Amino acid sequence: MLFTQIKYLIAKEIKLELRNKYALGGILLYVVSTVFVSYLSFKNIISPTVWNALFWIILLFASINAIAKSFITDTKGKMLYLYTLVSPQAVILSKILYNSLLLTVLSALCLLVYSIFIGNLIQDYPLFLLTLLLGSFGFSSLLTMVSAIAAKTSNNFTLMAILSFPIMMPLLMVLIKLSKNAIDGLQKWDVSYLVVLLFLNVIIVSLSYLLFRYLWRE
Amino acid sequence: MKNNWWKIVSVVFVLYTIIAGFLLKVPALAMVHESIRNLYFHVPMWFTMIAILFVSLWHSIKYLYKFDIKSDIVASQAASVGTLFGILGIATGSIWTRYTWGESSGLWWVNDVKLNGAAITLLIYFAYFILRGSIDEEQKRARISAVYNIFAYVMLIVFLLILPRMTDSLHPGNGGNPGFSKYDLDKYMRMVFYPAIIGWILIAIWILTLRVRTEKLKRKTLFDD
Repeated sequence: MLFTQIKYLIAKEIKLELRNKYALGGILLYVVSTVFVSYLSFKNIISPTVWNALFWIILLFASINAIAKSFITDTKGKMLYLYTLVSPQAVILSKILYNSLLLTVLSALCLLVYSIFIGNLIQDYPLFLLTLLLGSFGFSSLLTMVSAIAAKTSNNFTLMAILSFPIMMPLLMVLIKLSKNAIDGLQKWDVSYLVVLLFLNVIIVSLSYLLFRYLWRE
Repeated sequence: MKNNWWKIVSVVFVLYTIIAGFLLKVPALAMVHESIRNLYFHVPMWFTMIAILFVSLWHSIKYLYKFDIKSDIVASQAASVGTLFGILGIATGSIWTRYTWGESSGLWWVNDVKLNGAAITLLIYFAYFILRGSIDEEQKRARISAVYNIFAYVMLIVFLLILPRMTDSLHPGNGGNPGFSKYDLDKYMRMVFYPAIIGWILIAIWILTLRVRTEKLKRKTLFDD
């Protein structure tokens, strides 16, 4: 029941996104131009720490911009219509899954453009890509929930940033640590950080699953 | 009087820690020297903050069960009392930093996982107040801020309790630094430290009850007009 609902809702999201392609194009262009601005300011980055930090900061801001609109564009009427058809859990889970798909595409593009312009220092690709994938999922689940909260207020774009930055810090610090390990190409994977990252993802998704129903109804 | 004995206990305990904390003997240690007395003031602030923020979390959960606006009042007032103790914790810690870790450089802030945790706590609760301020309708504000409060507290606990154990810290008890309790929190220091924690937590609860009462009165006059 829940799975069929989620399937239809994701299909709806993808259809809507493809219907007005300029929104998707806008986000992708945002990443490309941010990377280009950083390239013009930094030229070539040799220090792994700076490379890593800049990459995640660009991705962080791009993700916030990409996900901020996910609930704001939903009108009251549309939400009311959904309310009669599906469960709130299906709505939040489908949004999380759709947004993580979007962020995976976004982060892949970011990595590509970033390596072309600024350079590529990664030595351990499997670990870096795994971190990127888990990071996209974590960012998407956390930001989807925060955007649901921010959409209920009057000044939602400012709130989106100030509400999400502090609670994203645990996630971001683990991600930065893991991707630094991938850049340095350590002999052995530091599994404890991967476990913490998975654990964080599980916590965020289960909290969203439990709490979204209170945000939903007017 | 029967119900207010704990207020007397709180005042007596805090007065005792101020007097005993400055007069009793402390172990002579390198680097911290006499500044070790700050332990009686700095550490109880964090204990109190976590305890009061837990009260806030508890009432937010209660609100989502019963939708009683009184729980929302307690949750929001507890968050502001917790923030106050967080600011006091940062202030006392900053002074301590200035005379121990940052002595040569004169720094008020050092890069340490626990300090970052403290700063993030404050950012989360300032964001919580701004969130509350941007929703006008009472029930809606209570509901949405309760959701954010629960979400934020869980992420905060992850940040404060799990991550510091995985990285090095200048604080005792982390990254190979032995905790105070292991060798230098001697029995004289315990005699001051434990009453200090109890005393400050009781004072925080007292402040909370006063704030809840005034907030209830404010809303009552608002409805009567």
